[in-house]
Amino acid sequence: MSTPYKYAFSNAAFVALKDIQLQTALDRGMTRAVNGRVAAMGETTDAPGLRQQARRSRLDALARLPELLEQFEAAVTANGGHVLWAENAAEANALLVDLCKRENVTRITKGKSMVSEEAGVNHALEQAGIDVVESDLGEYILQLAGEPPSHIVFPVVHKTRQQVATVLQNTLNMPPTDDPEKMTRFVRGVMREKFLASELGISGANFAVAETGAIVTCENEGNNRLSTSTPRIHLAIVGIEKVLATMEDLGTLIQLLPRSATGQRITVYNNIMTGPRKPGEKDGPEAFYVLLLDNGRSRILASEYAESLACIRCGACMNICPVYQNVGGHAYGAVYPGPIGSIVTPLLNGLSTAPELPQASTLCGACQAACPVDIAIPAMLLKLRRDLNDTRQTGAFWRIGMRVWRMGMRSKALYDLGTVAGRIVTRLLAGKSGVLRRLPAPLSGWTDSRDFPALSRERFRDRMARRGKTR
Amino acid sequence: MKAIPKPRRAALFITCIIDNFFPDVGDACVELIERAGAAVDFPPDQMCCGQPGYNGGFQADARAVAGRWLDAFRDAEYVVTPSGSCAAMVRHEYPVLFKGTPREAEALRLAHRTFELSEFLVDVMGMTDPGANLPHPVRAAIHDSCHGLRELGISSQPRTLLARVGNLSLAELPGHDQCCGFGGLFAIKMSAISGAMLGEKIGAIDALSGVDVIIAGDASCLMHMNGGLSRRGSKRRVIHLAEALTGRIAPLP
Repeated sequence: MSTPYKYAFSNAAFVALKDIQLQTALDRGMTRAVNGRVAAMGETTDAPGLRQQARRSRLDALARLPELLEQFEAAVTANGGHVLWAENAAEANALLVDLCKRENVTRITKGKSMVSEEAGVNHALEQAGIDVVESDLGEYILQLAGEPPSHIVFPVVHKTRQQVATVLQNTLNMPPTDDPEKMTRFVRGVMREKFLASELGISGANFAVAETGAIVTCENEGNNRLSTSTPRIHLAIVGIEKVLATMEDLGTLIQLLPRSATGQRITVYNNIMTGPRKPGEKDGPEAFYVLLLDNGRSRILASEYAESLACIRCGACMNICPVYQNVGGHAYGAVYPGPIGSIVTPLLNGLSTAPELPQASTLCGACQAACPVDIAIPAMLLKLRRDLNDTRQTGAFWRIGMRVWRMGMRSKALYDLGTVAGRIVTRLLAGKSGVLRRLPAPLSGWTDSRDFPALSRERFRDRMARRGKTR
Repeated sequence: MKAIPKPRRAALFITCIIDNFFPDVGDACVELIERAGAAVDFPPDQMCCGQPGYNGGFQADARAVAGRWLDAFRDAEYVVTPSGSCAAMVRHEYPVLFKGTPREAEALRLAHRTFELSEFLVDVMGMTDPGANLPHPVRAAIHDSCHGLRELGISSQPRTLLARVGNLSLAELPGHDQCCGFGGLFAIKMSAISGAMLGEKIGAIDALSGVDVIIAGDASCLMHMNGGLSRRGSKRRVIHLAEALTGRIAPLP
């Protein structure tokens, strides 16, 4: 990367706020997701205890990551599978294309995988002349529409069903309907042929278990199971942070992932895949590969942001986030949107590529409260803001403003001067109404949608001094 | 928390916003703390706790301002503040901010002894009845300010006290635990998003029929929501919890 691409979040957000169809889709999707999670978590006997147990499982695994990865590799190998290691996206894609060439693979079906989005797998495969089809319904609609997912669990949540119908009619000549069941049935027919023709199935992984060498995917459509069992080869692409130590840890986390993600007690399909078909087994792939991708994760693990790797990609933080709810995932301009994305994106791609993302939060803390592994999202956003300042990526107005604030709040005389001046100016400008309707830029952001009150005639401290109550 | 011996004195940290914009809230705080049985001290050197700088990621500046706050409250046995946000700053962020510095012990001492107002009244002083009666029936709804709710776990205390205010009845504000969109500099830096969040909050308030007033525990949220209400020409207002608990509720104009 020579000049890092600097993404303008606030511009995209501004456009998103005015997009009525997006707002309709987001309102419906997020309300449903939040209510679902709250209900499903409420059913557990001890939700706080379960969360802390899950958190410990994840943090323990991260603390022992090198050891667990080796254990995982040994287990996969012992099960007859192969582990490939990739330092970065380019390496991952090269390994993948290479495998396809070696195995004469020309058609691929894919299950949902965010890490494959991160690595740009589809693009690399298409460049190599390989046909790759997303088999998750939402992801397939987006592939047809030529759009990236806007949510890590509900990729197409930004579209209304009418918009989905338009995509399917325009690209697949679907008979006119916007009935979800009819549309799904139609796509299912198209997809069945793809599964039967495909030679390689790519999946992601919700978890990878070191103890057994298992790849675990949780899904509702069965497309992941078909992608991983029908084609001759199954390759799972997995971020190295996805490893859990034991099946017992999986037992904890698999209670939380669906509850947090979709409000389900458990997903319809839960696939625990431990290698190629063994003699006497009826189904399963002939060959089983796991591609472990680092892509900056080791670097994050060694930093004070290691906890961000504990994320199990449930999307609860984005569902509950009032910023995400208002602007949707595309505004973040990144594979991982929402609160956790505002941490992970700058860490993976460099702070200078997304300097606005750590600011895209009121620090209300709803994200951490919703997180099934209690990740300290607001605290990490604060650290990233500090990093922005330390690397001088903050505008001069705010830097100077902070110096003035610091001086004013360290000297009683300056505080008095500032507050008295503020009182005189604001009261003069506000007049009878008591409020200011317009502030000068850049403070005009405030008065774009709200009035600013004039300061009070008398400060509280002056009242106290007058009463002789000060001590 | 219950193990703390009932203090006889408490230092009031009024916060910059209440000092300058809402002095009546300060009066209400004094009344309440005294009614709960503690004398009120007002350290005159107090200014800001440092939160604006801290939340902006300006840690060194925040530490400098917070150091001044530690000076001002050096002699305080207990600090009470009518803001969940400022209380959370001292309790949860000071230990982080001063970690490994010569002032760490001082910061930790005050972190353990700083309370949000309703938390102090109920959990520390054991108050159950604020002893207020309104001259006319008022229907109110609570907005739970984010930092008080999620960083300090304040939810039952204001409700316990408000339930005993004579002539006051409470309705539920849908989305009462959802952020109003203030977020400090966020309201200015990301004003469009902040404005949209505020719009949702105002929408929820406007849709409540028969409710005269909204009660919140943080003056910054109050200023933000009132700015939105006044901009839209609404007659409704958000008042501070301390005002409600002392019967300072003006009838709707």
